[in-house]
Amino acid sequence: MDEIKDGLAEVTCDVLVIGGGTAGPMAAYRAKRRNPSARVVLLEKANVKRSGAIAMGMDGLNNAVVPGYATPEQYTKEITIANDGICEQAPVYKYASNCFEIIQELDRFGIKFQKNENGDFDVKKVHHLGSYVLPMPNGDTVKKALYRQLRREKVLISNRYMATRLLTGKDGQIAGAIAVNTRSAEFLVLRAKAVILCAGAAGRLGLPQSGYLWGTYENATNSGDGYAMAYHAGAALANLECFQINPLIKDYNGPACAYVAGPFGAYTTNSEGRRFIECDYWSGQMMQEFYNELQSGKGPVFLKLNHLHSDTIGKIEDVLHKVERPSRGRFHENRGTNYRERMIEMHISEIGFCSGHSASGVFVDEFARTTVSGLYAAGDMASVPHNYMLGAFTNGAIAGEHAAEFAGGVELADYDRGDVAREQARVLAPTKRGDGIPPNQLEYKTRRLVNDYLQPPKVTARMRLGQARFAEVRYDMENTMVVRDAHELMRSLEVASILDCADMAAFASLFRTESRWGLYHYRVDYPQKDDDEWFCHSLLRKKDGRMTAQKHPVSPYIVPVEEDERSAYDRQRIRQYA
Amino acid sequence: MPIAQTPTTVPVIVDEAKCIADKGCTVCVDVCPLDVLRISDLTGKAYMKYDECWYCMPCETDCPTGAVTVNIPYLLR
Repeated sequence: MDEIKDGLAEVTCDVLVIGGGTAGPMAAYRAKRRNPSARVVLLEKANVKRSGAIAMGMDGLNNAVVPGYATPEQYTKEITIANDGICEQAPVYKYASNCFEIIQELDRFGIKFQKNENGDFDVKKVHHLGSYVLPMPNGDTVKKALYRQLRREKVLISNRYMATRLLTGKDGQIAGAIAVNTRSAEFLVLRAKAVILCAGAAGRLGLPQSGYLWGTYENATNSGDGYAMAYHAGAALANLECFQINPLIKDYNGPACAYVAGPFGAYTTNSEGRRFIECDYWSGQMMQEFYNELQSGKGPVFLKLNHLHSDTIGKIEDVLHKVERPSRGRFHENRGTNYRERMIEMHISEIGFCSGHSASGVFVDEFARTTVSGLYAAGDMASVPHNYMLGAFTNGAIAGEHAAEFAGGVELADYDRGDVAREQARVLAPTKRGDGIPPNQLEYKTRRLVNDYLQPPKVTARMRLGQARFAEVRYDMENTMVVRDAHELMRSLEVASILDCADMAAFASLFRTESRWGLYHYRVDYPQKDDDEWFCHSLLRKKDGRMTAQKHPVSPYIVPVEEDERSAYDRQRIRQYA
Repeated sequence: MPIAQTPTTVPVIVDEAKCIADKGCTVCVDVCPLDVLRISDLTGKAYMKYDECWYCMPCETDCPTGAVTVNIPYLLR
């Protein structure tokens, strides 16, 4: 294993799904259900059984729109406000309207959601305005349940293949993708009528404070490959300057977790044990207050549970130590931290792109279509804001169904054989060198520079310096990087994705000359929100080989937001304490 | 320009007495999202080859004999 081999095979399918985490399996499943005669291939860099953000399952739904508790209109309004008004409401409304049907389908798959004594879904309030949080008592079984459905529908699964570039036809439409085996370096060309990108967040962009490359909030496999592939295929990417930054357990970098512990009575405090934010729901405005408190004399920040009854804490531990990030219990044990006795030190995460929690993603409409014909995107890498796991499932389903129909009405696009040869040469170049710089050093340096130059508060002169340093690292990557086995080859390709994302993060952040989304895009030299100039999306794309950005109007709202409602998320700080 | 071998203590520990990789089991290698585990040619047992662990635990949870333990990487401990 890991020895570099020569090889190039070609397969043809109707719908190709790239990424087998959360959105991807649901997209493949629904594509096949919509058209059972279609060939649907699910490509995964790891193994679909245990891949992506929910490799170990999930503790609950953060954004369930359940009849009787919330309406699609309420949810759409809440997300519009949480996102500072820069929101395409059509995909959010579509999600909110469809997600209950997905909850019911997941329930049929055997994934149980918490019910109250009346047999109704037991929805909790964590958001600022509405109630959308629904616990999943057997959330550790999610991946297994999905995998069973994929097998039953005869979806073709290709594990340990990493897609490196999308193929496009002569009119710019999608033609397929090129992938490389992560254990043998053999190439696979996948021709497809429609491609759905579900490659997750750009979670290896910033460097965690621990300095450990793999100690990221996101599953460290999610290195932004989807963002990079979409960019090189000419797709538009929206609001990348709206970074993901999350409040996490210091050093462990797992969620702390307001959504789980909050409904039991836990909350975020400063070192004096006092609340300083109104609402623990993750928004840029909340993160700004969190950052301010961290930097103040009342920092650091803690999650407080030690006022709760021991049995209540036991229930919280049952959830937190079993699903999503179960090694958390071991982390606390090493430090002798017992939730009953002491508060848990928190910190802010490294930066990343992830629409699951913020809004930075490949620009999609309410059918999950990108700006490239035949190319779809769903999950953490598509631009539907704050969409979390249920958004990945729901938008994956929407993408799968639409792509299956689209594929039924088009011919397979031809691609340029030269594109494949050029991609093979790019990928294999570091394997041809006898010595040089290994990928892990290039990655460490890129991500250290991301922290030094791009992390908010953002400063113009600093970000420009960052761009110059990224260019130097890119030169080194293209001319001196050395790779010794197939595993390291995968890492070298991830470095290229990370560097592309770093360049995009800097470019998008410099483009928007205002501050918005709280800490996510706090520009010290443009500290105010400027609705006259910047009440719009920023769309970044590759044109004639160069990175460009343009303003794009926010579509008229479907659900109106009154003037006095717009600032609800701006008032995060506790009044008597301000 | 030679490449150095820098030692690190790895978080994933395999109990070789319990590991049945020498009988053909590859579960932990198969499920690792970051693909950092391998079967040793020398011992026939699973081990952590690459120090790139997200301490996520599928290897430990899915191991049929309870041979795998995931510790928190030292830098985070």
